Amino acid sequence: MMNNISTTMNTTTTTKAAAMIDSKISARNVQVFYGEKHAIRDVNIEIRPRSVTAFIGPSGCGKSTFLRCINRMNDTIDSCRVEGNILIDNENIYDPKVDPVQLRAKVGMVFQKPNPFPKSIYENVAYGPRIHGLARKKSDLDDIVASALQKAGLWNEVKDRLQESGTGLSGGQQQRLCIARAVAVSPEIILMDEPCSALDPIATAKVEELIHELRTNFTIVIVTHSMQQAARVSQRTAMFHLGLLVEENDTDKMFTNPDDQRTQDYIMGRFG
Amino acid sequence: MSVGVIILVVLVLAALGYVFGRQRAMAVSQQSGIKLHSLPSYYGQMVGLFAAVPALLALVLWLLIQPVVIERSVTAMIPDSAIPEGGALSLVMSDVRRIAGGLDAVLAKGGVGEAEVDRIAANPSDLRARLAEVGVPLVGDVPVAVFEAARAYRSMTQTGSILMAATVIAIAAVLAGLVYRRIEPHMRARNVSESFIKLLLIASSLVAILTTVGIILSLVFETISFFKIYPAQDFFFSTVWNPQFRGGSDLGILPLLWGTFYVSFIALLVAVPIGLMIAIYLSEYAGKSLRSFAKPAIEMLAGIPTIVYGLFALVTIGPFLRDYLAQPLGLGSSSSSVLTAGLVMGIMIIPFVSSLSDDIINAVPQALRDGSYGLGATQSETIRKVVMPAALPGIVGAILLAASRAIGETMIVVLGAGAAAKLDLNPFEAMTTVTVKIVSQLTGDTEFASPETLVAFALGLTLFTFTLALNVLALYIVRKYREQYE
Ligand SMILES: Nc1ncnc2c1ncn2[C@@H]1O[C@H](COP(=O)(O)OP(=O)(O)OP(=O)(O)O)[C@@H](O)[C@H]1O
Ligand SMILES: [Mg+2]
Repeated sequence: MMNNISTTMNTTTTTKAAAMIDSKISARNVQVFYGEKHAIRDVNIEIRPRSVTAFIGPSGCGKSTFLRCINRMNDTIDSCRVEGNILIDNENIYDPKVDPVQLRAKVGMVFQKPNPFPKSIYENVAYGPRIHGLARKKSDLDDIVASALQKAGLWNEVKDRLQESGTGLSGGQQQRLCIARAVAVSPEIILMDEPCSALDPIATAKVEELIHELRTNFTIVIVTHSMQQAARVSQRTAMFHLGLLVEENDTDKMFTNPDDQRTQDYIMGRFG
Repeated sequence: MSVGVIILVVLVLAALGYVFGRQRAMAVSQQSGIKLHSLPSYYGQMVGLFAAVPALLALVLWLLIQPVVIERSVTAMIPDSAIPEGGALSLVMSDVRRIAGGLDAVLAKGGVGEAEVDRIAANPSDLRARLAEVGVPLVGDVPVAVFEAARAYRSMTQTGSILMAATVIAIAAVLAGLVYRRIEPHMRARNVSESFIKLLLIASSLVAILTTVGIILSLVFETISFFKIYPAQDFFFSTVWNPQFRGGSDLGILPLLWGTFYVSFIALLVAVPIGLMIAIYLSEYAGKSLRSFAKPAIEMLAGIPTIVYGLFALVTIGPFLRDYLAQPLGLGSSSSSVLTAGLVMGIMIIPFVSSLSDDIINAVPQALRDGSYGLGATQSETIRKVVMPAALPGIVGAILLAASRAIGETMIVVLGAGAAAKLDLNPFEAMTTVTVKIVSQLTGDTEFASPETLVAFALGLTLFTFTLALNVLALYIVRKYREQYE
């Protein structure tokens, strides 16, 4: 197990190596303030394309805050101020030229609590494609909806009831509907903030399976409180603590032999 | 003893009960060494409540029943011959009450004893003069039977109120005494107060419910007696409203209903778009500080007395519309018009729409907005496609509420739209509404026997039915949407 992991803070070679790989998202010196409160301190991270990266860390450490920087959702909070750069495909998304609304079509988001719109299942999925004008004809839209629901593993359960309200589904189905909704706009990146925290174990297993499959087409960043989940679904894991990125590593290494004492303590359940 | 004094006595008894009850509870506990079940003040409260509540209830009941009983027995004393040709028993009875009141006044003023009444009785021709002295004018001579009835009325009322005072005070004293004597440490005084408070709350809600039922019943009964003397068919389907003082009136409701709906429709046409846009701006775009200032400022519109709006309609909007729209367009030359009243009423109900809708839009969960932003929607797309549909049931409710407010409005219509009942499409014509006609049918004549006055109740009931239907519809829509959206 992890009993003989000493405080070998000897190397950061793995993180350095990551920077060499061409990354989908790279954060440079990101700072986030809520009014006076300094919520994210100088975070640098490289996130690889077509892989799953998990963010872990104790409550209030800034995981959600950092995640919301990646699609500029923090812009909707008045008191929030972001400094530094985040590059997606080598383009700075905090450049004044970038339209955050356009950006969010490219960087989809799934929230902690399933939040389907009070509309039919069909309309929920068609919402994004409609706003972005992705479909010319009704039949195109039908295809987009069907394929998104298939990718989200929900198609078989709902194909006969597309006109029923999305809010009438079970919690797990609702969350997969939200994933389908995000997938329907063909984003390149999907951000998930504790997508399973409101779900039972069976629904959680389904969503995790889904994340596995989505990895082949999308870059996924997931915040989770469950070490097991992080270990199961992700290839890379980043550990946050008090607004700092403490460690970022291959998931296997992170859970067997972390470099940082705080990571080790957190994984062992000593705090958080 | 007047009612005020009786109440005062009962309250004093209750206060004494509180003080002594509390003392006794402490004394009893000390004596027996047993710990009190409740705090001492609860024992005081219990005695006080037993002194006050049943006695005051008895007082209320007595006040309600006594006049009915006296009226009954006095009515029996009046022979048919004392009722003048074409008059009604109720008129004679009101004479009886006035004479009785006059006699009281004479005695109070003259500093003379009860015997004075006998003296007046012996000399009936004197009666008119004596009563006129104290400000009670009588028309014509008073028949002996009526005078006797008045005397009986007086004495019964006097005995009644003495009995009442005695009974009420006795109830208070006896109950307080009984409860006081039974105080002992195990008694659950705290729970007793609890039950009294529950009773009080139930009684309060009963008051509201019973009042509503009473109002509806009285409307229904008066309406039935209206339809006995005026054909319902003519009332509902005639297009002419033309009341006459000497009978033979045309009392068709259609022109009034038309006016009501026309004015309300225009009011909603003004208030709904403006109100909704205000609500959207306040809840989605405005900053905190602006919102905290603007919302109460807009709500102030609802606090302006409607008569002030009426003046505004009469003096400003009406002439303005006439001079700049109606006359140039050749559509009329009246400064009172449906459009005037509708516009002003629309302004009045803006806050009903905006304030309620703002609350409702605010209640739409932030998670839905985030979901929409997360998919790359702009703020206005999010509002149009997610927030508004989710808030729709509540907004419909707010609009219907504003509509029933508009339908019931009177003052603005009187001053803005005039009083002419008309069926017309031209919004620059003067028209009038149901509420205005209810008022005008009732002013000046308080005897509810002719179709011209009773029609007011039929109008009121019709109006009430419409607003009730509106509310039921609102509930239905809200529920249907909620099923779909939750
Ligand atoms: N809208 C906000 N306004 C002010 N402060 C905020 C806001 N959102 C978050 N914070 C603060 O920023 C810090 C980081 O919050 P964040 O939500 O990112 O934590 P988290 O790691 O996601 O926690 P959890 O695991 O509980 O979701 C916290 O101290 C929090 O109090
Ligand atoms: Mg969080």
